[in-house]
Amino acid sequence: MRTLIEQLLDTLIVLFGVSTLVFLLLVLIPGDPVDVVLGESAHAADREAMRAALGLDRPLAERWGLFYLDLAQGDLGDSLVRRQPVAQLIMQRLPATLQLAGAAFLLVLLLALPLGILAARHRGRGLDRLAQAFALVGVSIPNFWLGPLLVLLFSVQLGWTPVSGNLEPASLILPAITLGLSMAAITTRMVRSSLLEIESQPFLRTARCKGLSETAVMLRHSLPNAMLPVITVLGLQLGSLLAGAVITEVVFAWPGIGSLLVDAIRQRDYPVVQGVVLFISMSYVLANRLSDLLSGWLDPRIRGAG
Amino acid sequence: MRLSAFILGGWLLMAVIGILPSLEPHLVSLPDIFQPPSAGHWLGTDELGRPVLDRLLAGASVSLLVAVTTVSLSASIGIAVGLIAGYFGGLVDRVISRLIEVFLAFPGMLLAIAMAAMIGPGIDNVIIALAVMGWVGYARLVRVQVMALRRRDHVLAATALGRTDLAIMARHLLPLVMAPVWVEASFGLASAVVAEAGLSFLGLGIQPPDASWGGMIRDGVRYLLVAPHLVLAPGIALFLVVLAANLFGDGLRDRFDITSRNTQ
Repeated sequence: MRTLIEQLLDTLIVLFGVSTLVFLLLVLIPGDPVDVVLGESAHAADREAMRAALGLDRPLAERWGLFYLDLAQGDLGDSLVRRQPVAQLIMQRLPATLQLAGAAFLLVLLLALPLGILAARHRGRGLDRLAQAFALVGVSIPNFWLGPLLVLLFSVQLGWTPVSGNLEPASLILPAITLGLSMAAITTRMVRSSLLEIESQPFLRTARCKGLSETAVMLRHSLPNAMLPVITVLGLQLGSLLAGAVITEVVFAWPGIGSLLVDAIRQRDYPVVQGVVLFISMSYVLANRLSDLLSGWLDPRIRGAG
Repeated sequence: MRLSAFILGGWLLMAVIGILPSLEPHLVSLPDIFQPPSAGHWLGTDELGRPVLDRLLAGASVSLLVAVTTVSLSASIGIAVGLIAGYFGGLVDRVISRLIEVFLAFPGMLLAIAMAAMIGPGIDNVIIALAVMGWVGYARLVRVQVMALRRRDHVLAATALGRTDLAIMARHLLPLVMAPVWVEASFGLASAVVAEAGLSFLGLGIQPPDASWGGMIRDGVRYLLVAPHLVLAPGIALFLVVLAANLFGDGLRDRFDITSRNTQ
């Protein structure tokens, strides 16, 4: 059985692999990155300065080592355009993204749990069909189309919410729906199938034979047992919320790390691109590992074995 | 499944019509800008007076080309890697498994965005970026199955008869692992269509003036108040194709997998 130390070591190896991959992304830039950033007519002195700033004057292996030395100190390099450390830029933009991701996650819980439970209890009937249809539509609707669609309906036609920006609380609603809907759909499916999976377990029959009401059976016996796979999926999604936020933030001009990334791509600010990608992917890995740990800790079968 | 096959067939038809030379997706006509749908322009015109229907059809060709190429490329790479890891085992498998784990540790779309940002936009680069994100699912799927199959009698018999490793993998293992690969490919088609449109929406995919559904949505968003049809037309097409591919995948999975047919 895997001990905590083994899991930790394993996580470190994956983090190492992920960061190496992100480091190697810079190598993919076709031609000379300095030409790409400055244009071919730039002064020789500027080119040399840029080359040094990007570390291109050193061999790849040395740059790789330096990358990790800097990373260990929380240094992600400096932006070429904004003359600021990348880490500082990310920290400035992070609260907006966390706010958006938090609201979306809350929406996922508020939508998926009741819908999944209702669908499982009314299996095969109208409500179940409706929840299933919602799940299918939710997974299939691209968020860069859903966003404008919601704006069209709620801001333009009904005038209920602001079109973009994040100045008032109401402006959080549409971005949160845009970001959270597909995850709510996946989670709804998961809650439903997880509840149906344990439906035939003897302990539920026992609970019903004791004369417990359906609601009590659901709250006391079904839900706690069905939650484990749901928690794993939620952990996976918590990480992908940050990645999904990239497109949602662009749609709503939301000033988080997603729009920082896309702006940096447009300005060819490679250190910022690298830093944000690294930050999001590391958060993703850590969220996944934490949810693994959490479900292991919650499940007495795994806990006992570990 | 019949409905989804019908929609996917419609997509194919649109894509074929989309490469006809009689279409005019680039025809700028400034007197005709922002026309709502009418008899002359079935889906209206965009901010440069270009016919939205023609651009939608051209966009269908692009999305089909990118999606089918991406899925074929990802599946070929993934199947080969998975076969090698599962068949040879040992150190080879350990190295490949680590690689799979690292790629799985990336949120897929982020990797595609990062790749596209570095190698630049354009249809070839979009396919490369999406294949880099896509191969890992097939590899994981095939590897696990091959590991379960490689001690089967018919494989051992083939080894005893002196068949080469390549022949055993291709003739005796590959046919047995294809069913879940088809399911994965169906969902892969859906995610490739969304990802291509997403990259184009961000300006990292198909470049103007070439038409793509994602690019049309991005351009249309600016004129949401004056001409909502610019966002609605490509969005509905995109949504239907993705929905159909997902439904098709669900249908295939149910057909191949008896146990899940009972619980669903």
